[in-house]
Amino acid sequence: MSDVTTQVDAVFRAEYGHVVSTLARLFGDISLAEEAVQDAFAVAVEKWRADGVPPNPGGWIVTTARRRAIDRLRREARRDERHAHAALIYAGGGARPAAAVADDQLRMIFTCCHPALATEAQIALTLRLLGGLTTPQIAAAFLLPEATLAQRIVRAKRKIRDARIPYRVPAAEDLPTRLAAVAAVVYLIFTAGYSGDEQAELVRSELCAEAIRLARLLRELLPDTPEVDGLLALLLLTDARRPARLDAAGAMVPLTEQDRTRWDRDSIAEGLGLVRGCLARNEPGSYQIQAAINAVHCSAPTAADTDWGQIRVLYDQLITVEPTPIVALNRAMAVAETDGPAAALALVEELDLPSYQPFHTVRAELLRRLGRYDESIAAYERAIALTGNVVEREYLAAMRRAAGAQRPLR
Amino acid sequence: MKQYLLSVHITEGEPARPSEEMDGVYRTVDEFNAELQKNGNWIFAGGLHPSSHATVVSVNNGETITKDGPFAETKEQLGGFWVIKADDLDAALALAAKGSAACGGPVEVRPFEDLPED
Repeated sequence: MSDVTTQVDAVFRAEYGHVVSTLARLFGDISLAEEAVQDAFAVAVEKWRADGVPPNPGGWIVTTARRRAIDRLRREARRDERHAHAALIYAGGGARPAAAVADDQLRMIFTCCHPALATEAQIALTLRLLGGLTTPQIAAAFLLPEATLAQRIVRAKRKIRDARIPYRVPAAEDLPTRLAAVAAVVYLIFTAGYSGDEQAELVRSELCAEAIRLARLLRELLPDTPEVDGLLALLLLTDARRPARLDAAGAMVPLTEQDRTRWDRDSIAEGLGLVRGCLARNEPGSYQIQAAINAVHCSAPTAADTDWGQIRVLYDQLITVEPTPIVALNRAMAVAETDGPAAALALVEELDLPSYQPFHTVRAELLRRLGRYDESIAAYERAIALTGNVVEREYLAAMRRAAGAQRPLR
Repeated sequence: MKQYLLSVHITEGEPARPSEEMDGVYRTVDEFNAELQKNGNWIFAGGLHPSSHATVVSVNNGETITKDGPFAETKEQLGGFWVIKADDLDAALALAAKGSAACGGPVEVRPFEDLPED
């Protein structure tokens, strides 16, 4: 009995996104599509328990959800016109070819990540409609009250319907900017998962897995798009290091001190393969370069083997593609390795990032290496004050103590 | 087709733009209006006098109260608008971008509640 429930759960996670996407196209209404798909899964639990799981559970869900959607439309007399329309489509509906199913999901991704929606709404909708995550799951992952998240999703869906945000893949000339918005959402979902502390680790690791799944989906739907390959590679190579990120006591371990035998070799191999493909195409973009930087880290057997010269070259490239203070800060860390901490600190001091925690952390680290311990401690204090994450705060406090211990007694 | 309000909000009390600049704005807005008409997006458009010219009327218990306006006591006021029809929000946003370039200010896009389709 519980076995059927488990199977229904598995089908739900695997099929929810594309079933909702297909129904949304057929009926032109995302909320109706969601309700119908949820109905269909409720029916599935009963029916499959009695008759066993059908050979094509995804197809069974689509067919059942379509019927349910039409039933719902019939019940709502106000929707007469739509009912006629829906019935017409249904009469002509048969099994849909795989390519059309993929197109439906692509439409859904672009609709969820439409620039007319706020980024937070884009993230919530993407997780809900494509990832099949429930509102409580998304709320837990983002440490938000369920009501706040539910409201955010409802408002976004209303805006899609009432402002008539199209359910369509953008035209070729708009594709690069629109794709960048989609990639940003996937990346934000990943980083939200990755920056989690130990307590939230369980729900948060689900976000990382979901982001990787979405990046894979995006790659399937848009083959020959180097930045999509770069995005997937970046996520895989970062996620590969997750097992070594915290020690047995739950304390944060910096990259240079991680036990590299705990890195996930399969993810690294896949990520490196993608990076090699990107290099061969030679159409560099921000995600590809970031992936390449991570590839250099992941290829070094020990921290001492890291090819900082290569990383420096890649950061020089990245800052021309993405000339932001945050990239400049990360580049300074590479400069510290190639040209020494004094050269790096000179670059950092030019940046205006007073409320960005990593700015103070990098400054503190460089000052410590230069033997300017009092200034280093003060910078760590500022970084600690800006950190909400318990694990990170403990790490920074330990670094501050280390700087204090190095300070000569006067 | 769906109807959208494209509104231009101005900050009142800011120094007026030089007249030669305004002549340019009138010209580009005229061109944009002609394009809207040619492509079948046009419903109505207009520029407004400053909000100091506004009057607020309200009826309370059958009594009409007339008051020197505007309704919203803020420096950001409606300066002008277009009412257009377009296939979907993407089409409306593309027109808003042209409108913004023409008038030299940000344009807010708001969908009308559904009306009978044409």
